[in-house]
Amino acid sequence: MSEARKPPATARPHSGGMTIAEKILARRSGKSRVAPGDLVTVDVDTVILFDNNFMPNRWREILALNDPDRIIVVFDHRVPAPNAQVASAQRTGRAFVERFGIRRFHDVGAHQGISHQLVADHGYALPGSVLLCSDSHTCSAGVFNCLARGVGQPDIVLAAVKHETWFQVGETVRYTLTGQLPRAVTTKDAFLQIAGTHGDHATQNIEFGGPGIAALSISARKTLTTMAAELSAEFATFEPDPVMIDWVRARNPAPFEAVYPDADARYAAVRDVELSTLEPLVALPDSVIGNSRPVAEAAGIRIDQAFIGSCANGTLEDLTLAAQVVAGRQVAPGVRFIVTPGSQQIYRDALRSGVIAQLAEAGAVITPPTCGACGGGHLGALGPDETCITATTRNFKGRMGDPSARIFMASPVTVAASALTGLITDPREFLQ
Amino acid sequence: MTGPALRFEGRVWVVGNDINTDLILPIQAFYLPAEEQAKHVFSANRPDWAAQVCPGDILVGGRNFGMGSSRPAARSLKNLGLACLVAQSINGLFFRNCVNFAFPAIACPGLAEAFTEGERARVDIDAAEVFNLSRGTRLSATPVPPALRALISAGGVFPMLEREGSIAAQR
Repeated sequence: MSEARKPPATARPHSGGMTIAEKILARRSGKSRVAPGDLVTVDVDTVILFDNNFMPNRWREILALNDPDRIIVVFDHRVPAPNAQVASAQRTGRAFVERFGIRRFHDVGAHQGISHQLVADHGYALPGSVLLCSDSHTCSAGVFNCLARGVGQPDIVLAAVKHETWFQVGETVRYTLTGQLPRAVTTKDAFLQIAGTHGDHATQNIEFGGPGIAALSISARKTLTTMAAELSAEFATFEPDPVMIDWVRARNPAPFEAVYPDADARYAAVRDVELSTLEPLVALPDSVIGNSRPVAEAAGIRIDQAFIGSCANGTLEDLTLAAQVVAGRQVAPGVRFIVTPGSQQIYRDALRSGVIAQLAEAGAVITPPTCGACGGGHLGALGPDETCITATTRNFKGRMGDPSARIFMASPVTVAASALTGLITDPREFLQ
Repeated sequence: MTGPALRFEGRVWVVGNDINTDLILPIQAFYLPAEEQAKHVFSANRPDWAAQVCPGDILVGGRNFGMGSSRPAARSLKNLGLACLVAQSINGLFFRNCVNFAFPAIACPGLAEAFTEGERARVDIDAAEVFNLSRGTRLSATPVPPALRALISAGGVFPMLEREGSIAAQR
């Protein structure tokens, strides 16, 4: 059994240095140091509410807010509204925005997108800061050296009202990346390698660093932090580097102080990931925990749907890779190939670059930016006994529709190759 | 500490590792009122189970219980009448929802094989102890910090915010 299965740490005296997560928790709770097991009350810099929060079976009317400027409202899970219930919830959200004068509001329209993608597009997550959203993939923003996590409905209302919350400090597992990814292999495969080998990281933080990150784009890195939710991690953070710092500075003029781990930081485990040795992987249905296989082991399984999108794989880079695979070819008969850009900005960029045309000419259906089929909400839900291969966040039983549907998880490259053949397919022959 | 003691005795239901939020609160129940959502717990993997749960029963889980989404799945377990959750390890987001919706929960790393379904348990969250009353065995659990126990005992976040006048009272 891997170290990840060890029982969580209880409070212990801790004289060594701190990890990135520990340093940000200490800074934002006004302490000189924190250690695993500590319970801290933390000042929250950014609070993101989204359409589901305003559904009548969840929403509690807020009467007072300490600081509306810390709040961002995004409609992303079901946009444009698929039915009257969602439309009504979005009206509730617009009234909330109006009442408190929320300035950063992403309604259906030019600035629409999945909240975690908008955080990247607009530089909303400042290095060294704390960001909460009540979507589990909020850890996505850890790519910006931000302590970000998904919380529940009571949590997000509390944070919206008081901009504070509680955290119990977890141990940190460090992944040191080295080398460069081979052709047709992406950070999604790196994630599947970690999930397959080390399983869940419940109660633990994850820290990514090492010389291998320099060659990875922000989009590629973001797949790793987003997918940390699937490992049950508390926080996932990247070490700062010039690529990340330049990205944030280009999008947000606010000052920040990036946080590096101490040289003598204490980790529950330090694990190397040599990127050059990775191959295309696929997670079998229902879970990614200990469930990854080389694509060859699932090759030949017939699919009804191939899907690329979500906060994990809806970037311009993901869409461009998919377009390179399908350009000049045709999606297999009987396969629904659905592509959901992560934001309207990405959609526009992909239109200008010709990527949307390449995808659509191959037979892909391009949807508006939304969480959409990833959460089974709309725009590509699965019927009984159907099989889907997806480059999104999650493959739980019933996640995308009927509980009898099978959801395989892979990179956008593998999904695009599979769309062409109608069978789960190793992408390497399609991406020269 | 104020509020009732977090000590429960009851019949146990045992589930496996990696039980996720989509099994607890399936997408089919997304639009339903909270009370109705509770009837759909485990409908995909254990149909009709929810109807067999009696108030005060205790749920025993494996590793990584509650992995997945932020949806109010812990609220469904509470609304089903379960007294509490004890699991080998609990997803951090799920545990936050337990505490903040006031559904008592505690991690107990040594729990594997400790219970067979139908046995009786005593879960003492205040003392961080779990007993199998049917076998006469005792396990140490991972202590829940006093401030979080107080929050559970006081009914969770929403009653606190109501008392402070920050949110409207539930109609």
